[in-house]
Amino acid sequence: MFCYMDHTATTPVSPEVLSAMMPYFSENFGNPSSVYSFSRKSRAAIEKAREQVASSINADPSEIFFTGSGTEADNWALKGTLEKAIKLGKNHLITTKIEHHAILHTAEYLSKFHGVDVTYLDVDSEGFINLDELKAAITDKTALISIMFANNEVGTIEPVTEIGTICREKKIPFHTDAVQAAAHLNIDVKAMNIDMLSMSAHKMYGPKGVGALYLRKGMRPENFIHGGAQEKKHRASTENISGIVGFGEAMKILKSRLDDDKAINSARRDKLIAGILGKIPHAKLNGATGDKRLPNNINFSFIGVEGETLLLDLDYKGISASTGSACSSESLDPSHVLLALGLKHEMAHGSLRFTIGRLTTDEHINYLLEVLPEIVAKRRAMSPLWEDYLKTLGEKA
Amino acid sequence: MALDYSQKVMDHFMNPHNVGEIPNADGVGEAGNPKCGDIMKIYLKVNPDTQIIEDVKFKTFGCASAIASSSMATDMIKGRTIEDAWNLTNNAVAEALDGLPPIKMHCSVLAEEAIHTALNDYRAKHGMNIIPMEHHED
Ligand SMILES: Cc1ncc(COP(=O)(O)O)c(C=O)c1O
Ligand code: FES
Repeated sequence: MFCYMDHTATTPVSPEVLSAMMPYFSENFGNPSSVYSFSRKSRAAIEKAREQVASSINADPSEIFFTGSGTEADNWALKGTLEKAIKLGKNHLITTKIEHHAILHTAEYLSKFHGVDVTYLDVDSEGFINLDELKAAITDKTALISIMFANNEVGTIEPVTEIGTICREKKIPFHTDAVQAAAHLNIDVKAMNIDMLSMSAHKMYGPKGVGALYLRKGMRPENFIHGGAQEKKHRASTENISGIVGFGEAMKILKSRLDDDKAINSARRDKLIAGILGKIPHAKLNGATGDKRLPNNINFSFIGVEGETLLLDLDYKGISASTGSACSSESLDPSHVLLALGLKHEMAHGSLRFTIGRLTTDEHINYLLEVLPEIVAKRRAMSPLWEDYLKTLGEKA
Repeated sequence: MALDYSQKVMDHFMNPHNVGEIPNADGVGEAGNPKCGDIMKIYLKVNPDTQIIEDVKFKTFGCASAIASSSMATDMIKGRTIEDAWNLTNNAVAEALDGLPPIKMHCSVLAEEAIHTALNDYRAKHGMNIIPMEHHED
């Protein structure tokens, strides 16, 4: 059985999206910037996609700028805003400890090369920021507040509306990385007072290598990609027409089924969570529960085992998942998100993330619940840490 | 990160040899990995007349490479004298596994160090000199 449980890493391009994209490779290949009539089809296709993306977050099409990825949108929002603000004497950025590296490493860059002063807000044990801490962190030098909409590792959904209200009151631009959230939640940038928002197509059954930055009217971060006059002179480079068309189509389909998907995913998620808690002793759920958790995210720590071994055991059984273990990261550091939630190193080590989606069936859920307890038990049986842990509990190994 | 493990690593990882504990072992050693926080524990049963390692068991908390290295290393010292066993290097273990990904070489060091610690534990208990341990990265 091929049981893909890593929809947060990426999703397959859906057949409808692929067929919408196909005419824009060899047929309607015209450069949208050219003046001849042949190129109008390319231009029109991009504008249609812009409307599709805009309407799904209640933005105006003129507020959507296509980028080469979610990462680029994040880089643009942070670098472009801070570079401009520094000239006006504001060099303070507020973000969180649980952002994606697209934000964290950009913040580190800004601090290193532009003297930006970065505040990384703590989160509680479920991954929520504290609104009072946010308010207290704001100074007259604060140029931008960037807080992710929903976390990619543990699925915690931040109080975005409340954050938006605070930012608007204090007249500080609010950027949110909604790369994961946009694939699962209804977003209304107006009601939520969001000034900038990053998205990515490949998390929502669109193609890889295309994203967008929403810039509320009046928001003008300095350009990030310099060159030609594309995207109303704000994002240079010949447009990835097929990718943009695919993004628009993917977003349209996503919106049309979002509420249904949310209900199905949440039910399966909760079944999986309850099943794991019931079948595997000493399993710890990481992140929040219910409506405050992305409907497709399941993240557990199994004390005594190391995540990479579990991934390989699962892979052998046809299940694709992910881990925050140090052993599976290039840096050999455990997940910064799990550490920020207060997990000890050995608990971050034993973490597994399952993210469900359109490829998931009820059978997959049952299959995982059948296979996982055996795998965890097998690896725990050869672990000195598990033995020690049981001793501390006063149980017999 | 997609890892390219050799078939040998996968075999030893999926079906590791010598897993477990030896009650009243003659030598016990534990090594921790400063890089990623992993732990390996080794138990030795040594024939006091011949100084031959008659049985060896391990328990490891770590990645596939650490478990495969533990399995291979224990295979390689079983039936050898304690002098021979001391000379087993992590490179030899990695080679016997048909290589390890560069970022995973340190996991085989864990096996070498745990064996050394267990051998020194045996030596100490039997009035032999303790051999200085060399710590190295990969
Ligand atoms: C929260 C978050 N931000 C940003 C990104 C990066 O998006 P992209 O892969 O389009 O660059 C991801 C994807 O892993 C993500 O989960
Ligand atoms: S034991 Fe952690 S990387 Fe091998």
